[in-house]
Amino acid sequence: MFQAVSAKLAQTLLVLLIVSVASFTFLKLAPGDPVSIMLGSDYSKTSYEQLTHELGLDQPVIFQYGNWLADFVRGDWGTSYITNQNIFELAVLQALPVTLTLAGFSLLIALVIGIPTGVLAALYRNSWIDVLATTLAIGGNAFPSFYLGIILIWVFGVDLGWFPVLGFVAPWEDFWRGLWHLALPAITLGAWYVGLIARITRSSLLEVLGQPYILAAKARGEPAWRVVWVHGMRNVLMPLVTVIGLQLGGMLRGAVMTEVVFALPGLGMMVTTAVLNREYIVVQAGIMITGLLFVAVNLAVDQTYQFLDPRLRRR
Amino acid sequence: MTEALNVTALTRESQWKRRFLQPMLRQRSAMVGLAIIALYILAAVFAPWLATHDPTAQDLMASLQGPSAAHWLGTDSYGQDLYSRLLYGAQLALIIGFASVAIGLVVGVAIGLAAGLMGGRTEWVLMRIVDGLLAFPELILAMAFMAVLGLGTENVVYALALSFVGPFARMTRGDVLQVKNQPYIEAARLMGLTTAAIIWRHVLPNVVSPILVQAGMRVSIAILLESGLSFLGIGVVPPTPDWGLMIAEGRAFITMAPWISGVPGVALAILLVALNLLGDGLRDAFDPTTQKDA
Repeated sequence: MFQAVSAKLAQTLLVLLIVSVASFTFLKLAPGDPVSIMLGSDYSKTSYEQLTHELGLDQPVIFQYGNWLADFVRGDWGTSYITNQNIFELAVLQALPVTLTLAGFSLLIALVIGIPTGVLAALYRNSWIDVLATTLAIGGNAFPSFYLGIILIWVFGVDLGWFPVLGFVAPWEDFWRGLWHLALPAITLGAWYVGLIARITRSSLLEVLGQPYILAAKARGEPAWRVVWVHGMRNVLMPLVTVIGLQLGGMLRGAVMTEVVFALPGLGMMVTTAVLNREYIVVQAGIMITGLLFVAVNLAVDQTYQFLDPRLRRR
Repeated sequence: MTEALNVTALTRESQWKRRFLQPMLRQRSAMVGLAIIALYILAAVFAPWLATHDPTAQDLMASLQGPSAAHWLGTDSYGQDLYSRLLYGAQLALIIGFASVAIGLVVGVAIGLAAGLMGGRTEWVLMRIVDGLLAFPELILAMAFMAVLGLGTENVVYALALSFVGPFARMTRGDVLQVKNQPYIEAARLMGLTTAAIIWRHVLPNVVSPILVQAGMRVSIAILLESGLSFLGIGVVPPTPDWGLMIAEGRAFITMAPWISGVPGVALAILLVALNLLGDGLRDAFDPTTQKDA
């Protein structure tokens, strides 16, 4: 037990180290000289050398990396020279919660629609609902989310006027208004997931329903809903969690687009604006956070397996 | 002599038919996807002849017009002909999609082969670099590369290619490790074949089909990412006829002139669906474990 945990920990630490080296390398690769950018157009040679020394840029790269990592861990991420904002505050306290709220809400919508659709498709195989689920799966997965967002804004935001089209209201400040503002973005992002979840639920459930223990449950005279939802779905959760975890990249991709379409001040918006403004230090913060997020989700997916499947627990 | 050659050619062809063509033809939806993609490719290749206008010619007198005899699919806010831009946009999307995946594949497979075959310290270093690439979602990676490389069509190809290297490298290495210790590799080595010949004749053919399936599925992601980057304003630069750019441009006019973003948006959606259908079909045809149950 202890060995397994420490091996996992060592592996995660290595990945974290790689993520940090990659983010640091990005800043080193970024075009332009940070010192002359900070000094503006007019500066003397001495002030240039002084700032270079102050920033530690005259030291060997390995020391620069060490300093940078130490600053990063302490939450000292520097200030944006365009908005004069503390980057840690901007990225972690402002942008990250927006992206997480959007992602969480979208996932919830996708699960609520996707799982029942998948179950129905499996139970009534080759019926119209199965065809509908397959169409949803292929269409939803391929449809570009930024165009879907524009259509939703047009129809439900502008034409019908049911939902606000832009901006973000934090659900933890004003819950209902927050949900109302998040509805269209979450549907846009969730649409991508619905089909995927329905498809995985369908194929896994079909596989599970052919197992002997399902027959045994039926033979015991258990009601049909119990056979499907208790004995069947329990075993569908594993592949479902795997797919949700594996598709996080797609989720973040969609989140970036959705945030820009709906002007939500999340991580995607932050990175996009920073790339356009050539503010590499903010881009780097975004890269680092998404990298950490990726590692965290993979770790969480691993842990959920043991929770979902008692067979994997160590005795 | 010639007869013997013909025999090998014949068996090779029938093997190709049995292993690739027949399972492929059985996937009906994949064939539908292929037909749609073929249409797009035709449109892209013959764009110069099919287009009615110069895709970047602006005519401010004719801006924001709906579909008409002069402009079949209407015009955008600069008065550019949407039909012509659509055709050239198909060209651009397909070129960027295939080129970026091709470059990513070649670099990734090379790294995977090197890591899998050399082992030791080389493998460790190469795979840690791959881990670094895989630690980030593709779009973030591509955005970071765009920030470093700067905007423009060519840089979009490189940025996307770089973000695809990781998956190809990891896959190739995994497959190579499986193949490496097979008896037939040992036999080839004992026969005195050079390492290059062993890789080319005996290792690559055994790892190529899953990699090609993966490549097929990546093309749709590449096109989605490409148009997404351009939509965000950090990809291809205007006035290049790019679907992502066109959708972004039409966004401001969605209530007055929905066709501006609608034309490229629908074209992009159909192409992506077709690519996905084909990709799924390829996967099912090659991989018996994901065979559909029905």
